[in-house]
Amino acid sequence: MAVFDNAQKLTIAMPKGRIFEEAVHFLQQAGLQVTAELQDSRKLIIPVKNAQLEFILAKPTDVPTYVEYGVADVGVVGKDVLLEEERDVYELLDLQIGYCRMMVAGLPDWKPTEAPRVATKYPKIASRYFREQGQQVEVIKLNGSVELAPLIGLADRIVDIVSTGRTLQENGLVELENICEITTRLIANRASYRMKSEAVDDIAGKFLEVIPRRK
Amino acid sequence: MAKPLGFEKPLGMRDILPESLAKQRHLERLLGQCISRWGYEEISTPSLEYYDTVGAASATLTDRMFRLLDKQGHTVVLRPDMTTPIARVVSSLYKDVPVPIRLFYQANVFRAQEKEAGRNAEFFQTGIELIGDASDDADAEAIALAVFCLRAAGVETFRIAVGHVDFVDGLLEDAIEQESDRNQFRQFLYERDFVGFRQLLSTLDIASEAKDRLEALLRLRGGKAKIAEAYELTGNEKARRAVDTIASLWEALEGYGVTDDLLLDFNLIINLNYYTGVVFEGYAADLGSPLLGGGRYDHLLAQFGRPASATGFAIKMDRLLQVTPALDSQPASRILLCYTADRRKKALAEAQLLREDGLVVVTRLVSEETDIAALQDKGYTKVICLTEQGE
Repeated sequence: MAVFDNAQKLTIAMPKGRIFEEAVHFLQQAGLQVTAELQDSRKLIIPVKNAQLEFILAKPTDVPTYVEYGVADVGVVGKDVLLEEERDVYELLDLQIGYCRMMVAGLPDWKPTEAPRVATKYPKIASRYFREQGQQVEVIKLNGSVELAPLIGLADRIVDIVSTGRTLQENGLVELENICEITTRLIANRASYRMKSEAVDDIAGKFLEVIPRRK
Repeated sequence: MAKPLGFEKPLGMRDILPESLAKQRHLERLLGQCISRWGYEEISTPSLEYYDTVGAASATLTDRMFRLLDKQGHTVVLRPDMTTPIARVVSSLYKDVPVPIRLFYQANVFRAQEKEAGRNAEFFQTGIELIGDASDDADAEAIALAVFCLRAAGVETFRIAVGHVDFVDGLLEDAIEQESDRNQFRQFLYERDFVGFRQLLSTLDIASEAKDRLEALLRLRGGKAKIAEAYELTGNEKARRAVDTIASLWEALEGYGVTDDLLLDFNLIINLNYYTGVVFEGYAADLGSPLLGGGRYDHLLAQFGRPASATGFAIKMDRLLQVTPALDSQPASRILLCYTADRRKKALAEAQLLREDGLVVVTRLVSEETDIAALQDKGYTKVICLTEQGE
């Protein structure tokens, strides 16, 4: 491990949840000392011994916030969160893990309605997408179990991420439109990208080596 | 929105309490002193400007301006920056003053915010404008002065990233035929979305060698060595001239002895259409957002009818305050002078004598029953009693 002066110590924000395990595995492949502690810890800030590194475990939607405000220098987070949060950060690398799709789904017999309603955890992405399609829809923000909405008549369609499509299937929903592909990204704070350019380039370089190996 | 409650302020507006304001004023004095020594003169302009003049010419987006109507029905804006009003002054009141003109300001500017905390809608800036000098040395002066300002303010660790808009433009013009594609690439750089940049690159049908060069742009940052790398990256005339400028700029900045604080960054884009040459942005350790920004803007003055080259920068005071050491002010001795009504005349004269000696004196009318000891505890270094019990 290269020896950096203290000014180059990096704080990395990691997302708990969907992509956490895959992301930790990715870090290990990149040669970062990710201890077991990170995987089963209840602590939220975890320093790495003998390395100029420190991890913050955060809710995925908060990762870009931490990075924008500079609490963390870099972060690992899904493109879905970046599209929804619209934070002012550098998007440095596509890590090509945590693959899924953002899509519109509904019941198989869905037909255009007079006052369309869309339920989603991603109100900004949904509003933007339907606007681009020239459709005016009412967006209802939900925090989970979005698939429920068409079944109980809360909305006629949903916008959500899908990886295998099983949850949709089990709830009798079908994909109607594909919005975009989602993968996990490495992001960096604007000031850290410059103040800690050596450390940021170092970690981005290590990540870049792992990406093609995974293909 | 619900009716505002008594303690609430409009989004992004904040109070500055005495302790913070003392520090801000102290910093402003340090910066003003530093900047004046380079021959810049301070200027003040109105808070309100016409939307059709300053508003339309400003680099700030219209939807971020506070717009209102004046009594005559004109749309006016709270000034979104100081550079545009100064361009107006230079082209009107100062139109017969020969260039180069060196002006500086310490003022509040207004930009409407949509998002939450941490983003001020009114903020204080200290900045300079150097108008009518197109030389590389003028760019160097602006950057060096920015460094000396940060040093004067006591910022310990900082860096200034320096780039040139023509390098990016030239490189793109060389490799990409469609203007819409080029703008898309610029947009990605501006949004700091390198992933989007690479994805667009991979979809284009251009020579792989050209792709490699654009990909290399994303990594082209560092010290002096990057100048040679930048030359190797392109044969484009425009881009090479930009590197010439950076090389000559670097030499001048070596003369100022400030290159240790610089980071060349050839993909730096600060504003999409405003800047025309060298651009720079300053950062400090442990501060998440840029501390200062600036660059060459040779098209602005022409919009006010006096075409002239110009460069400058603005420091954000609220951010500077976060990274400068606390005031180690020995609290000036504060004297509490208590007096009873019968001794008023003597007391007030006495207080004035002490003030003329440079002491801080607070006077207070008390009665013989007042517990003087209880007043002691308010940060006074000394209590003088002109009362019967005191004497």
